[in-house]
Amino acid sequence: MEIHRFEKAWLGFALLLIVGLIATITYGAVGPGVAMISDSGGTIDSSALGEHEQFSDPGVRQVGENEYDVYVVAQQFIFRPGTNEPITLPADSTVTFHVASADVIHGFSITGTNVNTMAIPGQVSKITVEFDDPQTYGLVCHEYCGAAHHEMAGTIEVVPQSEFSIEGTDSGVADLTDEDADADGGEN
Amino acid sequence: MVRYCFAVAFLALGAGGLFGVIQALHRTGIYRGFIANQDYYTILTGHGVLLVLVFTTFFIAGLFLWAVTDSLDTPVASEWTTKLWFRLMLLGTLLAGTAILGGLTDLVPVSADVLFTFYAPLAAHPIFYIGAALIIVGSWVAGINYFRTFFSWRQDNADARIPLRTFMVLVTMLMWFIATMGVAVEVVFFLIPWSLGLISQVDPLLTRTLFWFFGHPVVYFWLMPAYLVWYTILPKLAGGRLFSDGLARIVFVLFLLLSTPVGFHHQYVDPGIPEGFKFVAMTNTMFLLLPSLLTAFTVVASIEHGARQRGGTGLLGWLKALPWDNPAFSASALAGLMFAAGGFSGMINAGMNINYLVHNTLWVPGHFHLTVGTAAALTFMGISYWLVPQVTGRPLGLRSWASAQPFVWFIGMVLMSNAMHRAGLAGVPRRTAVPQYEGFEYVSAYGSYAEMRIQIALGGVLLFVSLLMFLAVMWDTYMNPKGGRLTVNSELPAALSGPEASPKVLDNLWLWAGIAVLLVVLAYGLPLASLVGDGLFDPGSAPVPAWLAGLLG
Ligand code: HEM
Ligand SMILES: [Cu+2]
Ligand SMILES: [Cu+2]
Repeated sequence: MEIHRFEKAWLGFALLLIVGLIATITYGAVGPGVAMISDSGGTIDSSALGEHEQFSDPGVRQVGENEYDVYVVAQQFIFRPGTNEPITLPADSTVTFHVASADVIHGFSITGTNVNTMAIPGQVSKITVEFDDPQTYGLVCHEYCGAAHHEMAGTIEVVPQSEFSIEGTDSGVADLTDEDADADGGEN
Repeated sequence: MVRYCFAVAFLALGAGGLFGVIQALHRTGIYRGFIANQDYYTILTGHGVLLVLVFTTFFIAGLFLWAVTDSLDTPVASEWTTKLWFRLMLLGTLLAGTAILGGLTDLVPVSADVLFTFYAPLAAHPIFYIGAALIIVGSWVAGINYFRTFFSWRQDNADARIPLRTFMVLVTMLMWFIATMGVAVEVVFFLIPWSLGLISQVDPLLTRTLFWFFGHPVVYFWLMPAYLVWYTILPKLAGGRLFSDGLARIVFVLFLLLSTPVGFHHQYVDPGIPEGFKFVAMTNTMFLLLPSLLTAFTVVASIEHGARQRGGTGLLGWLKALPWDNPAFSASALAGLMFAAGGFSGMINAGMNINYLVHNTLWVPGHFHLTVGTAAALTFMGISYWLVPQVTGRPLGLRSWASAQPFVWFIGMVLMSNAMHRAGLAGVPRRTAVPQYEGFEYVSAYGSYAEMRIQIALGGVLLFVSLLMFLAVMWDTYMNPKGGRLTVNSELPAALSGPEASPKVLDNLWLWAGIAVLLVVLAYGLPLASLVGDGLFDPGSAPVPAWLAGLLG
């Protein structure tokens, strides 16, 4: 079959472009280490979140110096915490979100950042992010989850280190059980 | 029958477009008087289903029927089967449509506010799933009938090359058979029994994965017919002929091979799926760019050839020599141009780490209104100007409206889709009735959110106007008396480099189908095995009707 000279050149260019795209993304993953959402969060019985170690009392836990775990339950039509009270975090910290759904599929997206994951019943989404400066972020459910989907939103407040303290009595460092340490061992 | 298919397709297009403009006005806050916020999702389900399932499937079924019988120059194998698939698809449309519209009124106890992706555990009334399944089964019957027509032609033409248009139809249908397996299994084995209460729970991630197994290749089911038009009819409308028949065949074979094993790229941000599978899907996706890039080259080259035949000269001067006042040409050419832009935003979606930024934002509708909403839809509208007079024997009505229509669509889409892309980058989510939240605002790098909203609304209105113009032209054409001088010439010239020059193995459809299946098994075997590993219905979820939520909200 006859392939025209220009056709050949174009074919070469197209292949180069494709390989280039794959290469840049691979670099992104292994170089700066942009980790993907994966199966590392594990599975969960979404109808029994109330009996779960962490999700029965979702919220912020300190797991190291400047390192925090945040457990969030997504359900029609709120984030717990997030909607009724903001999720408060200190600046210059590394935060791992664990998101589980109690009913249908929801989204979990922090506007203006690349924190973006689905909350699928039966699965736990795990995503780690660094917060630098104090700022208020919007948290939106970006997957249709029922008739009041457009009301499902919340806020994340990143405050200066000095103003940060973990409220409540039972969710502080003391909560750092073996369970947590395990969950952290399997970091992305 | 081609006429009936088109008529149903146009009705769906009209209704879907009406829903579209309601959405554009409602979600931007320009006018919220049509519907209540919670009904937005009923409208959006209707928009998605009517446009991407009903309009496309009916139009394509009709177009393919014409392409096969016209290029083989034989009647269809079985008239009876043709009636059967048409009725199956129509019945499916009526069932699904009833379920959706039922959501707007309390008079009927059905609803289906689950959007066209119907992710479990949000549940619709069973007739919605049954209707959707019937549309797909109908399309299978249609596909089988095209194959039978081809086989009976083959008996008398043992050694001839498959005519290009028939080749394209058959390859597209093979792709479609493979792709629809996922959704067929999802709906028949899981969602229908579950919505009827026969099984108590389904695994949301498994059903979602089966959906996306189908959900990506389905876009090629919309695009490949547009490519058929661009390869075989557009060059002629431009005054020339196709550049290379063989390359066109290669492009279609590549689509068959590559379009199915990529669905995971819609699940980049899903938990429960290991990173490696996502990476494989991404590599496949990137290679899937190849046939589209080749198409861009061949189609542009063929059009340029046509323009030079018409006396066009110069590096870009030839563009002026093209028949821009012929709506069939201008619609297809503008659609191709927009598809190029859509291709770029698609490359961005496909990048697994950039996808974080745009997943489920308004960027996504911005992207696919360029691809399916323009590349496919506008091409279909344009080619109707050429084909409908041929199949009805009635001359085209309202010609000057027809000439203007593609340009109105183009302008409307430039406004709507570019603003949607930008709003998406600012984090505005898709599929939401009132994206205004308390406690924070969207910040955009460029331009304000208010200005983007106005552009989306204005673009949406222009699109709807363009749609009305199209429907008026079609109505007038169907009303015209038969006979008179048809302004179209239906002869299609052969390619510059014809099929004889290309390897014969290209015509070996079974070989390609076999490889395609193999690739699917490689890409999906392991992930599906691991999803099913913890039990077919586990971790499971019982149905959650979307309307229950309405009572709370
Ligand atoms: C009059 C022309 C049209 C207008 C004004 C319009 C408007 C819109 C708007 C504003 C949305 C976003 C809704 C949201 O996410 O909240 C949307 C979604 C969508 N549109 Fe269109 N559209 C038009 C034509 C089309 C065409 C021709 C197609 C395909 C053939 C199409 C396919 C879709 C799909 C698949 C969605 C996504 C539905 C979903 O997320 O479930 N639209 N449209
Ligand atoms: Cu939600
Ligand atoms: Cu939601």
